[in-house]
Amino acid sequence: MLRIEEHPILTFDKSKTVTFTFDGKEIEGYEGDTIASALHAAGVKVMGHHYDSGRPRGFYCAIGNCGACLMVVNGEPNIRVCVEPLVEGLVVETQSNKGDLV
Amino acid sequence: MKEVDIAIIGGGPAGLMAAEAAASSGANVVLLERDGHLGGQLVKQTHKFFGSEKQYASTRGIYIANILEDKLKEMPDKVEIWKGATAIGLYEDDVLAVEVGKEIKKLKAKRFIVATGASEKSLVFVNNELPGIYGAGAVQTLMNVNGVRPGQRVLMVGAGNIGLIVSYQLLQAGVEVAAIIDAAPTIGGYLVHASKIRRAGVPILTSHTVTRAYGKESVEGATLVALDEQWQPLPGTEKEVAVDVICISVGLSPLAELLWHAGCEMHYIPQLGGHVPIRDKNLKTNVDAVYIAGDITGIEEASSAMVEGRLAGLTASASIGFKHDDYEAEVLDCNEQLRSLRAGPVGEHINQGMALVTSGE
Repeated sequence: MLRIEEHPILTFDKSKTVTFTFDGKEIEGYEGDTIASALHAAGVKVMGHHYDSGRPRGFYCAIGNCGACLMVVNGEPNIRVCVEPLVEGLVVETQSNKGDLV
Repeated sequence: MKEVDIAIIGGGPAGLMAAEAAASSGANVVLLERDGHLGGQLVKQTHKFFGSEKQYASTRGIYIANILEDKLKEMPDKVEIWKGATAIGLYEDDVLAVEVGKEIKKLKAKRFIVATGASEKSLVFVNNELPGIYGAGAVQTLMNVNGVRPGQRVLMVGAGNIGLIVSYQLLQAGVEVAAIIDAAPTIGGYLVHASKIRRAGVPILTSHTVTRAYGKESVEGATLVALDEQWQPLPGTEKEVAVDVICISVGLSPLAELLWHAGCEMHYIPQLGGHVPIRDKNLKTNVDAVYIAGDITGIEEASSAMVEGRLAGLTASASIGFKHDDYEAEVLDCNEQLRSLRAGPVGEHINQGMALVTSGE
């Protein structure tokens, strides 16, 4: 479990759980999470695969700059999950291609 | 189309201070922030700041963001705040294109203060894109904003202030730090931070670098090597360290796309972290409507970003007829603060870089 339980300076509000799915599997996070932080806390580091080489991809900057963490969210590709707030019922999927323009 | 005196792009320490200075000079301000909250990267700085009282020294960064936002809330008729708003283009007729949700809005302003900050640099080594290799800022965000540990055992690459501070924050979050390495022969960060880390038993290996990460789906370890005086790998010194996170803290680069688009003259200045615009003493670029503040002027710390924000807020306002009651004294004070923050060996580097792109020295 990667959630911080005790911290000398900070406290984290874990009063409201948020349920979503990742590649069909149900996962729980908390209100205030991004999709990336909830996935990471659940042990998911691989968020996609490079469209050409197929090598695994995870986040790098976590503030929306680098674009390494693109995933398919509710059917929409190329979502930067490091800055996308976690919302109840989201359907999150690994992205392994460039994604089609809607 | 909305029209305003001053549009400020970026709600971090520089943008917040610029908004306050411009509004208290009498200008109407729109402050844009792409994230859902103000404060920029202050929101994850759990350490107490250095500097002087005017830059909120000895206050933790996480509280400074709130202090600055509260000041803006006292001037609701002067300052409008757009959160979740990303500036995507700055055009020659002084119109800014802003993405808000799925909508593109246009904002016309007499002056723009670009305070978009910086992005983290990467480092070249084999398998450097494996999941588990994270920027130091990313690790801070994950731990200090979201309350999630990046992993069990971390290799920190870079012994500058950020590398040292984040290492200490990892320890506070209950994460083991296997070692801090730096290619330079000496520790770049302040001794006070390095001593704290050493007391906690974390080795700091100078003249060392990482040559490869290994792991199947994510990081399982790293290969380190010692460097000679010419920064070349010393054969036979390779060693493997088992870690599930490699944290990269090798500096930042100004996030300047908007300035390129606006036609600012840009120069590559290594001392300032990358491409930066030429500017005058008032932080005005070669484009009359475009002012700059914070890391985009050259990579420094949040303390100097706040002072630059204040300076740009004052000067940009004055240039369109909104002169602060104590304008001369305020500007003088900003310049004094910047001079003092840039004193010392680290500042020497920054002053050299600034001299190359600042006119009117």
